[in-house]
Parts: sequence; structure tokens; C-alpha cells
Amino acid sequence: MNAHHHTFDAVIVGAGGAGLRAAIECAGKVNTAVISKLYPTRSHTGAAQGGMCAALANVEEDSWEWHAFDTVKGGDYLVDQPAAEIMCREAIDAVIELEHFGLPFNRTPDGRIDQRRFGGHTRNHGEAPVKRACYAADRTGHMILQTLYQQCVARGVAFFDEYQVLDIAFGDSGEVAGVVAYELETGDLHVFATKAVLFATGGFGKMFKVSSNAHTLTGDGPAVLLRRGLPLEDMEFFQFHPTGIYKLGILLSEAARGEGGILRNAEGERFMERYAPTVKDLAPRDMVSRAMLTEVRQGRGAGPRKDYLHLDLTHLPPEQIDAKLPDIAEFVRTYQAIEPKTDLIPIQPTAHYAMGGIPTNTDAEVVRDAAGTVVPGLYAAGECACVSVHGANRLGTNSLLDIVVFGRRGGIRMADYAAGAPAPSASATEGAEAETDAAIERLTSSGGRVKVADIRSELQEEMTDKASVFRTEESLTAAQSTIEHLRSRYEHVGIDDKGRRFNYDLTEALELGFLLDLAETLVAAALARTESRGGHFRDDHPLRDDANWMKHSLVRRGSSGQLTVGYKPVVGGKYLPMERKY
Amino acid sequence: MSTVTLHIERFDPTVDRKPHMQTYVVEVAEDDRVLDALHEVRWHQDGTLAFRRSCAHGVCGSDAMVVNGHNRLACILLIKDVGHEITIEPMRGLPVLKDLVVDMRQFFDQYRSVQPWLHAEPPPPGSRERLQSPEERARYDDTTKCILCAACTTSCPVYWSNDRFVGPAALVLAHRFLFDSRDEATAQRHDILDGRMAAWGCRTAFNCTDACPRHIKVTQAIEEVRRDILRGGD
Repeated sequence: MNAHHHTFDAVIVGAGGAGLRAAIECAGKVNTAVISKLYPTRSHTGAAQGGMCAALANVEEDSWEWHAFDTVKGGDYLVDQPAAEIMCREAIDAVIELEHFGLPFNRTPDGRIDQRRFGGHTRNHGEAPVKRACYAADRTGHMILQTLYQQCVARGVAFFDEYQVLDIAFGDSGEVAGVVAYELETGDLHVFATKAVLFATGGFGKMFKVSSNAHTLTGDGPAVLLRRGLPLEDMEFFQFHPTGIYKLGILLSEAARGEGGILRNAEGERFMERYAPTVKDLAPRDMVSRAMLTEVRQGRGAGPRKDYLHLDLTHLPPEQIDAKLPDIAEFVRTYQAIEPKTDLIPIQPTAHYAMGGIPTNTDAEVVRDAAGTVVPGLYAAGECACVSVHGANRLGTNSLLDIVVFGRRGGIRMADYAAGAPAPSASATEGAEAETDAAIERLTSSGGRVKVADIRSELQEEMTDKASVFRTEESLTAAQSTIEHLRSRYEHVGIDDKGRRFNYDLTEALELGFLLDLAETLVAAALARTESRGGHFRDDHPLRDDANWMKHSLVRRGSSGQLTVGYKPVVGGKYLPMERKY
Repeated sequence: MSTVTLHIERFDPTVDRKPHMQTYVVEVAEDDRVLDALHEVRWHQDGTLAFRRSCAHGVCGSDAMVVNGHNRLACILLIKDVGHEITIEPMRGLPVLKDLVVDMRQFFDQYRSVQPWLHAEPPPPGSRERLQSPEERARYDDTTKCILCAACTTSCPVYWSNDRFVGPAALVLAHRFLFDSRDEATAQRHDILDGRMAAWGCRTAFNCTDACPRHIKVTQAIEEVRRDILRGGD
């Protein structure tokens, strides 16, 4: 295979919000490349809808400490509190900076950034919902992605669009030496020798059948690092967003409830009043999703199969829907042939967000063990990373915050490091290049008859069925054995396309390999955690167990190929764990 | 379930001398999207079919293509709305790289040529947000929706005949900044836009407005850019 060799000081993998925000810090300071398997503006940051929280107090009294408290409580006390404090404190400057970059936030009558309510965000430690989410209609993520890309264009950032990173190489002392990427247009390999790499590859929700995630969210970054011996943190914590479009999983923003929307069961009852009397429909997502599926289990689901609930916007003024929720109203019209101003919207929980991922410290430096040992030159930010600011359950809007705050911190740190670090040895990437070449050759020359799509859909159905909102030892053990079986069948995958040009048959096969690895880690960590916390709920262990489980999981693959689950303590702070009521 | 027949233009310039149509018959569900039918082909019948896609609900802009003669995003177009004989071709006016995948480099070059970022002196460190009234914000709301899918630009007959014309999408971005009360580069933007390869290239065919999956009033935006140039700004 043709291979091209490049040399940079710093390489950013992924061009969503975290990658682009990091690029703004690095470009101009060190020789930086941004590698993305998509054109940057296709990144899934652009699908985020509702807003980005920061205690600006433009509309109501607020403080970043309240925001930090909500984040810790929302995360069911698995949040590392110093990280949450950094995020919530820096949120204010981060929003202002985005405005200075040109982001078109909605405005208050006096011209300041407008704010609205969002799930789990409260005034004064849970008294009542607070207006904290800064937003641009219901396309806040779109505007963040566009604005950050515009700033990168203005700065002349070097992009390698439609290059997919498949492997990473380390030097003799464990320091970063480079990455290997596959160019979609030509099928050529590109080896980027570099002192520093920041992964910002986003989530991996495509291991589930019903998901809000893009087809391309396959966890490439975390899977590559897992294969190179690094651990992944808190993989058992995956968020199921309450309001996915029934069957499709397409996201209907929590902003719909922030604007006054109500969840109803088949009897028309506002059932969240029973589960969260104070904040009702604006309870955190894990609680709402569980409440919804509890309604379904108890026979109060809607529809012929009694398997969905309703989102009710019919009482909102039509002009409010037009002005504040235009995109989601359009999704409902397109996919459900329903008019949200007059009809109830069928919804179900949808796999949405990975709280876990590549373990990092608060400077986005990747750490390799429970002691926090930094991998020199390696960084991660955004959904693919685990700082941990989201703990066991992320609050709505905090993902957009996470990407800009930790994208920036990672970019600053990486630029400093890359400016001083020695150049990597030229030979350090040879092994990764040869292995990637061989992996591609194996797939394109395979005579196997197993179809990628068949394995993928079996994986997705199994994960949605057995490793979602409710889990048991039995369901997880079954999922584990299914994944093991699918992994062995994956060895016999064959693809139709033997060509080199835009061979999506090949890239989908490679991506399926990543998803299988990550699904295996998720299930292993979920099986090991015999308690319920945040997004991880075990029917057979329904209570939170602070005495034994105030710790983050670290899953890694040993040299024998088996996964091992280790742990590291949660970094506490001023908020002591208490019962999570809303 | 029902059956649809897809006629898809296939072309690999490294192998084929010219494009050819290939027909696939696939089973689809009642509410399936055109994208679902394309996936059915790639996943179960012919893995060599190349098309871009990502979010699958109309916000990432990857899967613009010509469906039964109209520029559409395959992920927001339901099969029941286009019928059971579906002809799918790559967007016109950009070089085809393979099948439905076109070369977007020229499109993004043209995007960059209008300097699509806010031109404004950064406020001093420590300052709060710049003020902008809801009315000022509303002035350019429509053109902030652009997802750079290129459906508009590749529907434009002027663009088909002259690819030095920046095209509707670049002009939409120009509008988004020209009418932003915070932007301080009106004269500079007018200089860039005041020419036959920019704002004056438009022949008001309205194809772009019809093509836009985000329902942006593209032709109107271009017209507003022209008036602004004539007025010399506010």
C-alpha cells in the first residue's frame, strides 16, 4: 500500500467541538494538523440542540458553585469534584469567548445572552429549576461547531479532511510518536510523526440499536488506545436520553421540556410528578429514562405495543415552538408525520452519551493508571474522554461545556508540551504502519462470508436489549457471551469492495471492530459494578452502594487478550454524597 | 414492507471511462428514508456503493444528492414522498470522486473566499458579551442555519456553467456576517462580494431556495446582499 509520511508538532484527531477548540490554541504556536474522518462541519457536535450551561446570571440569580453542585449530584457523586469546579467556573468565560468568536446566541430584551431551564440545573442546591442554559434556538451545537470551524479557517489551521486515524505509535519511553491514518479518497496510508496527539473522536453510541448518535460515532479513539494497552474509565456509564423519536432514536432536545413540555403516559398522566416532585419533567436524564421505562413495565406505555410515552408540547404557544424549538418540530413533522403544536409526540429513551472514555486529568492529559501517571504527549477531550466531570450521569448541556473547556485546556497544554519536546524517532511509527497495512490487507483480501451489517445489527440489538437502562447479571452475562461470539465471527468478515477509493465497505468493517471492543469493555465494567448509580442501573442491585463503589472503573486488555477491571477512587470535594432526590 | 427500485449513477474515475446507471431492488419499510434504501444496498447487496452520510437526520450535511432530479438530503427524504422508482445521481457541478461522492474542495475554497468568520476587534480581556438586541439577532437568523451541504450551490445553473462563481452557499455565509450587527468589516465584505463571480452572478433562478434542506431563503439572502452593496452598508 502507498504510504505518505508527514511530520507535525501536534496532531488533533477529530474535528468536532473539542478538536476544533484545541486547534485554536495550538495553531500558530506549534505546527499542528487536524485529522478528521469527516469534513469538520459534519461532526456530531452540530447535532447538539438545547444549550450550554454557564452561571452568567443574565436572567436569574445563579452561581458557578450551584452549577458545580448540580453537576456532582446529577452525576450521582461519581464526579471528580475538582474537575467539575473547573468546568463550571470556566463555563462563564467559555460562553463569553464563544460570543466574542461570533456565536449567535439568542438574546434577552436588553441584548445579553438569553438563558433557559434544563434538566437537573437548579438554584441554590436543588430549590427549583434555574435558567442557566445559553442557547441559539435549538441548534446550539450547530452554532458552536460552525463558529469554531470559522475561527479555525480564520487562523489557517491545517486540516486533513476524510482521513481516518486507525492506530497510534509510542516511542521507547512510552511517549507519543505518531498516528497512522487512512485516506478515504485514495486508500493510501498516511503516517503522521508527531510529538503530541489529542484525541477528540466523540462517542460510540452506534453500539446500540436505538441511538441519537451519528453512523460515524464508533469510538475510534478509545478503541485504538485500548488496543495499545491503555485503560478506559467508567465505560459502564452510558446515558439514555429520555426523548428520542420512537423507533428512530433521533434526539428531541431536553429544551422541549425546558420550554415547558411535559411527559405523559398512555393515561395522559404527567407521571414525572410521582418520581421527581420538585423538578418533575426536568429531572436528570437517567431518572427520567428509568421512570419512562417503569411506566412501560407497569403497563402505562402508549401505542398498540404499549412501548412508548408521549412528549406533550400542545399547550405551548405556537410562536414559542417556532422561535425556540424549530428544528425538533421539523424532525417530528418529517419522521413522524405529526404536528407537534397539536399532537402528542411518541418518544422512547435513546442511547445518547458515553460518560466514560479515555481517562484524563483536568489538563486533558491521558493517564495510564490509577495513580494518574501521564502518558507523555497524549491528550483527549470531549465525549471520548473521561475527566470525570459527568460521573455516572451527565447533565444536559454539560457536554457542550466539556468540549470547549477541556478542548481549550488540552490545546494549551499540548502546545506547551509540543514546543519543548524532542522530535519523535523516525522509526517509532514503523510497527503501527505495518500493522495497519496488514489489517486492511486482511479485510480486503478476506474470502470470509460474514457480513459487517449482520454482525453490527446483532450487536446493536443485543446492547439495546441487554445493556441499556435496566441491567441484570443475567442480561449482562448474555450480552457478554453474544459479544464474544460476534468477535469470533468478525474474524470471518468479508467485504465486497476490493478497491481503494472511498471504500466505505472497508471503513465500516474497521469501525465495527472498534465498536465490538468497546461494547465488550462496557459490558465487563457493568457486570463488575454490583450497585446502581446514575446511568448504570442493576435490577439485581438496585441501590447505590457508597461504601464499596465510590470509585471509577478502569478496564484494560491484558496481554492474554482478556479484559481486566480495576478501579481508582473518586476525587471528592465539599459535596458529600447524599440521597439523590429532585 | 414494500419494494423500491433504485437507479443509481455509478462511477469510479480510476476504473470507468464514463458513468453508468445501476439498478437495485430493495425492501423498505413504510417510513424509511432514501438513506435507508441506500444503506440496504451497501450493507446487503453491493458494498462497493459509495455515498457519504453521518447524522442521518438532516443536520450534518453529508448526504446531499440528486434524487429524482432534485437536490435533497437522503436522510430527510422519505421514500413514500418520492415514490417507488427512485433515480439517484451525484450533485452536479462538482467533480465526481466515486458514485455519489463529489469533490467538496472547490466548494469549501469558495466558502473560505468570503471570509466566513466574524470580523470584529476582540473586546478587552475580562469583558462580558457584546450586546445585540433580539431584533438585530433576528436580522441574520435565517442564514445561520446553513449546514454547508452544497445542495444550493450544486442546483445553481450559473454555477454549473461557471465554477468560478462562488455560488449560493458562500453568499449565504456572506449574508450571515454582513447583517450581523457585531461585524465591523462591511466595506471589506462589499469589496469581496461586489462582482460577477459573487453577488452579481446570481440570475435568480430560485433553484437554491428550492434545494435548501434547511429552508433558508437563499435567493432572498443574495438579493439582500446586493442591496446592501448598492446602499454601501448601513
